[in-house]
Amino acid sequence: MSEEISSVVDIDQQEYIINIGPQHPSTHGVLRFVVSLQGEVVKSLQPHIGYIHRGIEKMCENLTYQQIIHLTDRMDYLSAHTNNEAVCLCVEKALGIEVPERVKYIRTILDELTRLASHQLWWCSFGMDLGGQTCYFYGLRDREKILDIFEETCGARLLLSYNTPGGLMWDIHPNFQKRIKEFIKYFRKKLPEYDAILTGNVIMHQRTEDIGILSLEDAISYGITGPTARASGFSCDVRKRYPYSAYDKADFKEIIYTKGDTFHRYQARMDEMWESMKILEQLVDNIPEGDFTAKMKPVIKLPEGEYYQRVESARGELGVFIVSKGEKYPYRMKFRSPNFCNLAIMNKLTSNFKIADLIAISGSLDLVIPDIDR
Amino acid sequence: MKSFIKYISDIFSGVASLLKGMRVTGKYFFSPRAIVTQQYPENRHKKGKKKLEMFDRFKGEVIMPHSENNQHKCTACGICENNCPNGTIEVISVMNIGEDGKKKRALDKHIYRLSMCSFCALCVKTCPSKALAFSQEFEHAVFDRKKLIKILNKPGSTLMKGIE
Repeated sequence: MSEEISSVVDIDQQEYIINIGPQHPSTHGVLRFVVSLQGEVVKSLQPHIGYIHRGIEKMCENLTYQQIIHLTDRMDYLSAHTNNEAVCLCVEKALGIEVPERVKYIRTILDELTRLASHQLWWCSFGMDLGGQTCYFYGLRDREKILDIFEETCGARLLLSYNTPGGLMWDIHPNFQKRIKEFIKYFRKKLPEYDAILTGNVIMHQRTEDIGILSLEDAISYGITGPTARASGFSCDVRKRYPYSAYDKADFKEIIYTKGDTFHRYQARMDEMWESMKILEQLVDNIPEGDFTAKMKPVIKLPEGEYYQRVESARGELGVFIVSKGEKYPYRMKFRSPNFCNLAIMNKLTSNFKIADLIAISGSLDLVIPDIDR
Repeated sequence: MKSFIKYISDIFSGVASLLKGMRVTGKYFFSPRAIVTQQYPENRHKKGKKKLEMFDRFKGEVIMPHSENNQHKCTACGICENNCPNGTIEVISVMNIGEDGKKKRALDKHIYRLSMCSFCALCVKTCPSKALAFSQEFEHAVFDRKKLIKILNKPGSTLMKGIE
């Protein structure tokens, strides 16, 4: 008997496996991490995905191009407008039509508002992951203002469905520009509060600095995009490199940090909020007059071929790939979603860090699970 | 010695950073005017100062506006049914023989399943006679899911004159 007890392996040396998720609040959705631990140290991590797989790509094969738009809302629901725009730009590219300037400006403005709202929500939940409950209320308070702008113009707060191939569903609300200017004035005062609460906080610094370092080589070879990659010094901003809509008319900086740890990923997103406000200020007064949609046939048939369009969503590069056989339905539709690629690095980032760091790292990647599973 | 001084200064700078954050939260704690929380079930009645109202364009649920003579604009063409991505709408039409002896299609039932609707607004946008609209109703919870299947045209309603 005494022999058996002594043969039990020392708990510090033994690896054991626990599940984080699928119903864990810090995974922000139904994502399951199977973590192999040695004591408190993460040895390896395996993400299990597919809990919210709805087969959106397959569903698209039986829908017309106008109907696809509302499904793309439900992939990355925090940057719904950007997803809509990606499909619309791809269809417009395939048809070879030029949308009116007004549409381009409005799309860009809504893109940046979406990015702001998304980064605000990320800031809320990142603060809460680290144990700062206050952040959640302050972030949501300011996000509410953006959602009101969306609601007044698009008719919905989250799943906008405001784009349609060739333009927009309807024209902007008369209050649209006024509200955005009010919001920028308001948020320029509130963003320093974010810094006071979380950015300068000593607990936050110690939990994020030198944690989960992503090297530039890894960022490129794993296909990481968005603020996550730009914090490692990978210049990959689609808005800057392959401008679409009205981004070529706006003057803004691509935020690049070099260290690639959790704190720099945090900083990259915080700085992006300032840049987004700069873009908004430049564009909001210059919306040209004109139609809110190009002339489109009621039934859109893409010419036979393969088409690809990429946009910068709040989390990275979103690609839309359409294979058309000349029918009114696509033959194949593929989404290159930023979150799926960003998730792949999780094992490498977390290994040999503590389990509490895992929460900070996965928060700093800003994962949206329905976009991973589609 | 150097590390000791750093240790002490880290403590002070750490406490200072915490106090900096506390100043923001304290400011809101002592100024109740800055609170933006809406008391939801209380603010939906007219009695309170602020009545809870949605914006005009808010996509609550699809309705079919009727005139005071119980007339609607739906010609039962079925374009909304074809455009709906989820099969939410079902248009049931009847063939009436008009005064001139010609057969004419008329609306019998416009069935709308709220539980399947994803509020993409394609039906409202593509309707050629503008018979459909969105209401600002947002409290959709019911006890029986059968109540979510709605017939949009009111009983006894007819087609508005001048709409083909």
